[in-house]
Amino acid sequence: MTTADVFKPFLMRIDKVTEETPDVRTLRLAFQDEREGRGFTFRTGQFGEYSVFGEGECTFCIASPPTRQGYIECTFRKAGRVTGALADLEAGETIGFRGPYGNVFPIDEWEKKSLLFIAGGIALPPMRSVIWNVLDLRDRYRDITIVYGARTVADLVYKSELAEWEKRPDVRLVATVDPGGQTPDWKGEIGFVPAVLDKLAPASRDTVAVVCGPPVMIKFTFPVLARLGFAPEKIFTTLENRMKCGVGKCGRCNVGKHFVCKDGPVFTFAQLQEMPQEY
Amino acid sequence: MNSMEKDTRLIGREALAKLFAQWLGEGRRILAPKQSNDKVDFAEVETPGEVSLDPVQTGQSPKGALFPRVEELFSFPSRDGRVELRERDLAALKPTVVFGLRPCDAAALAALAAIFNWDSADALFSARLAALTTVGVACNRCDEYCFCTSLGGGPGATTGSDILLTDMGGGEYLAEVISEKGRQAIQGAGTLFQPALGKDKESRLARVEKAFDLDKVKPALEALFDDEAFWVEQSLRCLGCGACAYVCPTCACFDIQDENGRRLRCWDSCGFGLFTLHTSGHNPRPLQSQRWRQRLMHKFSYMPERQSVLGCVGCGRCSRACPVDMNILEHLRAVAEAKP
Repeated sequence: MTTADVFKPFLMRIDKVTEETPDVRTLRLAFQDEREGRGFTFRTGQFGEYSVFGEGECTFCIASPPTRQGYIECTFRKAGRVTGALADLEAGETIGFRGPYGNVFPIDEWEKKSLLFIAGGIALPPMRSVIWNVLDLRDRYRDITIVYGARTVADLVYKSELAEWEKRPDVRLVATVDPGGQTPDWKGEIGFVPAVLDKLAPASRDTVAVVCGPPVMIKFTFPVLARLGFAPEKIFTTLENRMKCGVGKCGRCNVGKHFVCKDGPVFTFAQLQEMPQEY
Repeated sequence: MNSMEKDTRLIGREALAKLFAQWLGEGRRILAPKQSNDKVDFAEVETPGEVSLDPVQTGQSPKGALFPRVEELFSFPSRDGRVELRERDLAALKPTVVFGLRPCDAAALAALAAIFNWDSADALFSARLAALTTVGVACNRCDEYCFCTSLGGGPGATTGSDILLTDMGGGEYLAEVISEKGRQAIQGAGTLFQPALGKDKESRLARVEKAFDLDKVKPALEALFDDEAFWVEQSLRCLGCGACAYVCPTCACFDIQDENGRRLRCWDSCGFGLFTLHTSGHNPRPLQSQRWRQRLMHKFSYMPERQSVLGCVGCGRCSRACPVDMNILEHLRAVAEAKP
């Protein structure tokens, strides 16, 4: 007798590899067993454990939206043992995936509201899922604004999608790079995300803000949003603590009594204000 | 208390040997405290003669019977470049009797079950738990590290034991049959037992004094959370070696690693700096003081709140094992008595 175990991953075939920057890549993954794929559903904001057999597992959000079926995507920076191994793989090869885990961005509750997305660097991937999710249901939402910053032009991920959003009349994209990170032909903003946001001064009325980025960006962005009149419960973010199990057992992702893997990864700023600084 | 209602009997040493033989005959393995060099730890035994109940506590807890130090979650043999996942055969897990665990260790099973199964059932843990029968032995002695009574337990507590034995002296054990699993473990062995009329275990039990007021600990911990100086003071000596977590009967934090074609689950500890370290170099708990706080908060605040069970049973192993003599009992007393 054997039994399906929570730690047993799906086998996924790499269908497509996109090199986003010299050290960031996106993998499009399809279920090796089509029947498993048909039974698989997820919602935007959820994450998974991706594995290279023999190297181990690592945690990323699902970077594609649930509105695009038949595959999932993940985007990661080559940084450690497993991401290093993932960076060496090619289309056609097999990796493991288990999930979806965690809670979701409550996009149903955001209907008829304007949405303000603010992302920094490698934190656009978790937001890309929700951005495409709402763009695929575009008529349910009002204005959609995306503020995205990276250290340099070379560090901007999803360049072709940024170009697509730039062209869309129903999306306002504000891209920025840190001072010194611009190229001669850079047409976007130059400045740190909080400063660019401050200058942009988007309206907070009937608007939900979603913020993802490195801790320092988050730290300086919240006060700007507060000044613009965003209530803490109208600001959403997604936390990315180190995880192993993804299902509330291994004991390391907790922020106080909250499991990032079970109670998150999506939290409102109102919730974060009640939580200890363990992220 | 009327012993007849509780299914209490007497069993002698020779009869116990026959019971061991019966268990082995039923295909069970028996794990019991066994002396090896200068250590007494849970190991496979075949006769009561091999069991050493002399020390107050074994060095390692019996948690390995449910949550081995390293265990395979599944294997992934590679055939012609194609990955194939091979699941564990749960039916091959051997039914196990853990004999001679103390009431604190038996109480720890509830904490382990809460960690592994609170939200979704962990297949390996649950299969091992289903195949496990616990025969506890009440404590005739204790030492200065024991504090079970401060946490609602006691040297003769029956929680978590399927059968609890109390050494009555003269080679006789009082046997309390606590659960259905306990009844099954002695099925067909009725003649090995004698009636226990008029026998009472209380006089045989160790006296473990209450050391602090548990009701004060959780609110005090929560009030002290941001008191950096308190936690630095509490953890100044801590080396972050993780010994406390490895000997703890309830610590169940784990790591997942791949090795030799197998995905392994291994014991881990919140005391290690690497435990929460992000790949980026950022660490949500970079200081030992924060990691010590996490240890106490997890056991005495988060687990009671999220899983309705304490993450500590007062066995005192962490204090005995600590190379720098941190005594958790003193730390908890300081928490309970702190004036934040």
